[in-house]
Formats: sequence, structure tokens, C-alpha cells
Amino acid sequence: MGAVLTMNRIDQLFETKKERILNVYFTAGFPELYDTAVIAKQLEIARVDIIEIGIPYSDPIADGPTIQQSNGVALENGMTLKLLFDQLKDIRESVSIPIILMGYINPIVQFGIEAFCKKCEEVGIDGVILPDLPMFEYQDHYKSLFDRHGLHNIFLITPQTSVERIREVDKNSRGFIYMVSSASTTGAKSEISADQETYFTRIKSMQLKNPTLIGFGISNSETFDKACENANGAIIGSAFIKAISKKGDLKENIKNFVVSVTQEVH
Amino acid sequence: MIMKIKVDERGYYGNYGGAYIPEMLYRNIEELRESWLGIIEGEGFRNEFDKLLKDYVGRPTPLYFASRLSEKYGTRIYLKREDLCHTGAHKVNNTIGQILLAQRLGKKKIIAETGAGQHGVATATVCALMGLECIVYMGEVDMARQKPNVERMRILGTEVRAAKSGSRTLKDATNEAMRHWINHPTDTHYIIGSVVGPHPYPEMVARFQSVISSEIQSQLEDEIGRKNPDHVIACVGGGSNAAGAFYHFYEENNVNLVAVEAAGKGNETGQSAATTTLGKPGILHGSKTILMQTDDGQVVEPYSISAGLDYPGIGPVHAHLFETGRAQFLSATDDEAMRAGVEISRLEGIIPAIETAHAFAALDQLTFEPNHVVVVNLSGRGDKDLDTYIKWGQY
Repeated sequence: MGAVLTMNRIDQLFETKKERILNVYFTAGFPELYDTAVIAKQLEIARVDIIEIGIPYSDPIADGPTIQQSNGVALENGMTLKLLFDQLKDIRESVSIPIILMGYINPIVQFGIEAFCKKCEEVGIDGVILPDLPMFEYQDHYKSLFDRHGLHNIFLITPQTSVERIREVDKNSRGFIYMVSSASTTGAKSEISADQETYFTRIKSMQLKNPTLIGFGISNSETFDKACENANGAIIGSAFIKAISKKGDLKENIKNFVVSVTQEVH
Repeated sequence: MIMKIKVDERGYYGNYGGAYIPEMLYRNIEELRESWLGIIEGEGFRNEFDKLLKDYVGRPTPLYFASRLSEKYGTRIYLKREDLCHTGAHKVNNTIGQILLAQRLGKKKIIAETGAGQHGVATATVCALMGLECIVYMGEVDMARQKPNVERMRILGTEVRAAKSGSRTLKDATNEAMRHWINHPTDTHYIIGSVVGPHPYPEMVARFQSVISSEIQSQLEDEIGRKNPDHVIACVGGGSNAAGAFYHFYEENNVNLVAVEAAGKGNETGQSAATTTLGKPGILHGSKTILMQTDDGQVVEPYSISAGLDYPGIGPVHAHLFETGRAQFLSATDDEAMRAGVEISRLEGIIPAIETAHAFAALDQLTFEPNHVVVVNLSGRGDKDLDTYIKWGQY
């Protein structure tokens, strides 16, 4: 077995593709309880680069109304972290692109950090985004466990993050850095402002060692293109949740949405 | 051995506390963490804070010997009269402190969350006093339950925004306030109303409320010649009045600290807010604490007749006091609290807030010696609760 085969799928991706990376977020157990694996497979078919699966939580403070609502519906549907791992048990038979779990720290703490890491490795998770886990807590109490199970912890930076801290994030990051596009919760804005472009340029000029993906407020081909001019790609969440909330065939909705963003017909 | 109840540099009291916040709030919290202590210990700040507490809030509040209540329980009971503070509860001690802090941080706008509306009113009041713009988030359900406080805030010039997410109560109002802060990180200060939230909020709020125990000590010294009582009793939702009443007694191990939680319709009914009985360690609103939650880690909506106590967590300092056994945690049901509220009204001519009535309900659960000195923190007055008293009806 060569080193390449055991390399984290996120790292593999960025080895071969450095532009127009599309990471799509959706909430596990939404719109229907057992849609999780279906959506993941369909995203791979639609040629998305990274799948980010949200672990629903009762109090998602970094999220705007759309994702809050999808979390609420998923919980009402009966979604739990335990069930999510069951749903993802065979996911690697049909999905080969990187999969990231995004979630708030409390459900993971209740599940047990070590048990969580083991399960992630078992089903083939490549990284996690835990917005309310502070960096020093991660370094002191989580990092060695995450490393042992091949999990990248993705850190966020925002327009308010200081240069020193961005450097620190860059030093401690593996996989990529999640660039929050503006001072906002998810799904807040529909256009990229001049201030945001200044921020994007500033980060670009820092020449970070990690790739960057821009998220929050990326919703369509215009904002996706703009993000891709300034980073290695983008993360779309709320707009995708809206797209799969629409009536009609789920698979068609997914395909059409991805094409509408990337403007690439496969 | 003297137990130290002290927050460490990362904001932990033993196993509880910390600052579990998204990166979007990092800078705000860091700014507070670095500057709060220097600001509030400055002479100018202290003078202004003390003067406002005296002239505007009406401090020191009396420590009143409740003779008829004492007779009933066969001991010596004193009431710390926080109900006599301007706006009717202890909440204003903290909002005065935080508004002065916000001014020194150059913040132009204030946000707050509120459950029953007492903290919202106390925040609206200090914003009017200082001429700062104020938005208070309040659960849609609570707005309907606490209409008079909504209107008080509006009269004071505050915008009250309904939190329509989740269960539409205090926890969701807190979520919405945090989301607002994420969206307005530079010009806005968030006045958290209890000893909850990310470090440094729990310790900062406790410091502003610690005037309560500081006064109790000097008043007891004058009254009975010793500064320490045998028991201090306070109700706990998030726990700001209890933290204030306990603060200067944390390390006085001969003082029995009694925290009283709301047991709603009974701890076995599933309709309760008694966090230490029903909760387990978890993370909510920026700190690790004891939390009512499902096995899957979803936060459970608590219940109490008192809108000020139905919070699913407790401040991290209380989680620590509970875990170490430094404080005794009791709970009182709706009925026990309502009966106690009426009893205090009849014996002492004071109608307490229903939150506070829970503290009085604990008198029945404790045993006292005739020479014991018992201080009950009378955290708020019952004017806002008349509707609830009327609906309960058993008087």
C-alpha cells in the first residue's frame, strides 16, 4: 500500500485540482430522514468536489434561518448522530470524493469524542468543521485523537480575524481554510460587496500554505465565480438547502442546482 | 481546607466554563477578555459605578430582619431586598456595569436577550440613561406571556425583536442575540443578563452582582457583629442573583450556600427546569456547564411557572459549586413556590417575584438552629407576576 492510497481525500483533491472547487453543504436527515446517502451520491454524480454533511443541532448559533430550519426539520424527522453513522455505513461503496462532517460540539461531546473519531474513520470521513470548538481546546484535547483517525479539522477565518491569528490558523490547519465571506451567519447575503473583495484580496496576498474556500453568502454562478477568482473555490449551503426543499424530483433538483452554479454541463 | 472558587485564565471554574464560540465572535470576546478587568478596576469606572448604584439604583438595598418569618421557622431570617432596586430586581446591578463598560469600549449599540423581561427592562433602562440604541431579543412565546415588560421596554425606547426560532423562549432569544452580534461585530456590545455565556461573561456578571454579598457582609457586621451568616439562600435559573449573593462567601466554608432550582410540575414529570437534577455536562451558549439535553446532545426546553428560571443550563460557576458540593442544590415545584410567595406576602407584606418565591420554598426543606442566621436573597418583586398569581388563584 503506497502513501498515496492512505492520503486524506481532501489532500488528494487539492493535489490534483486547485481551482473552482465546489463544496456543497446539506443537513443530514433533510428533507426526509433517509435522504442523506441519496443526496451524497447525487452530489458525486453531479461532479461536486467536496460533500459537507451537517449534523443537526437544536441551537445552531452560526447559522441563518434556512439552515436553522433544515436542522429543526431533520431533528423532527428523528435524525441523530448515531443514525447518521448508520446511514453512512456503506457510503464509500458509492461516493469517492471527500466527505466532511459539520456540526456543533455538544452532540459530538455527548457521543464521545473518541467514539466519534472512530466512527468517522470507519465510514470514511475526511474532515470536520466544528464552529464552536475553540482552537486551543482543539490543540490541547482533540488534535492527537483527530490525527490518529485521519481527520482534518477545518478552521474558519472571518473579515475580523487578525493577521496574527490567520497565520496561526494557517499553521494549525490541514486540508483547507474556511473563509467566512462577511460578518454574518450563513445564508445572509446575495451579492459580494466591495468590502468583501478587499478582504478576499487581502487574504490572497498573504499567500497562505493551505488552500482557501469561501463560504457564507455564496448562492449562484455569479457569487461562485467571484469566490473562485479569490480563492480555490467555494462552499454553498443555504442556497442548496433551498434548492432541495423545492417540490419535484430530489435528484433532478440537485443536478440542476449544481449546473446552475458551475455552469458546467457534464 | 478552604476551597478556591476562582476562574482561570481560560475561563474555567474547575471543569466548567471556557469560551466555546464560533470564529465570528472571536474578536469581540477577545476584546472583552483582554480589557474588562482593567476597565472595571479603574478608579474612574468604580466611582461612576458606585455612584449610579447609590443614586440611580438605590443601593445599598436593606438587609431586613423578617421577624414573623423567623418565628415561623424558629431561626433568624434576613431578607436582602434586591426587590427594592430600581426596575424591581437585581438585574440592573449588571446592566449598569456593562453599559459603563460598553461606553469605554466605544460601542454605540446594545443588544440583550431576555426571558421574563426583567433583564430586558434593566438593559432598556440603562440604554435610555446613557442614550444608546438598544435591541432586545425575546422569545415570541415569552413576549405573549410577559406583555407588560415588552411595553416597558418599548416605552423606554428599546426595540423588542421576537425570537421566532426553536422553542421561541429564552434559549432562542439568546441564540438570536448571538446571531445579531455575529452580524454586527464592531459597533455593538452584547449585555448578557446572567452568569452564562463565553468567558469572561460569567465572571464579569458575577463581579457586578457581587455587590449583593459585599453589602450583606457589612450589614451583618453592623447588625449582629459578624459578617458571615450560617446560610445564604438564592434561586437559580442561569444564576446571576445567586452568584452575587454567594460571591464573597465562596471561600467562607462555614457559610452554607443554598441554590434553589425550579422543579416545575415535578422533576419526574418531564416538565421541570431543575438543571442539576436532570442535566449532565454539555456545552451551551459558549460555555461548558450542566445542561438539560437528550442522549443525542440536543438541548431540551425546560419548564417552570417562572419565566426567569426556565433556562436549560446554569452558569458554569454553579456547575462547579454543584460538582464540588460547595453549594447545596435544592429544587421547588411551581406549587411550592406559589405557596411560599403567598406566605411571604402574608407574613412580611412583601409580594416576591415567582423566581424568588422558589428560594423561600426551600425554607421548608432545610433545618435551622434557633441561633442560625439565614439570609434569603429577595431578588425581585412580584409586580410583574400578578397575572401568574391571579391565574394560580389559591390565595
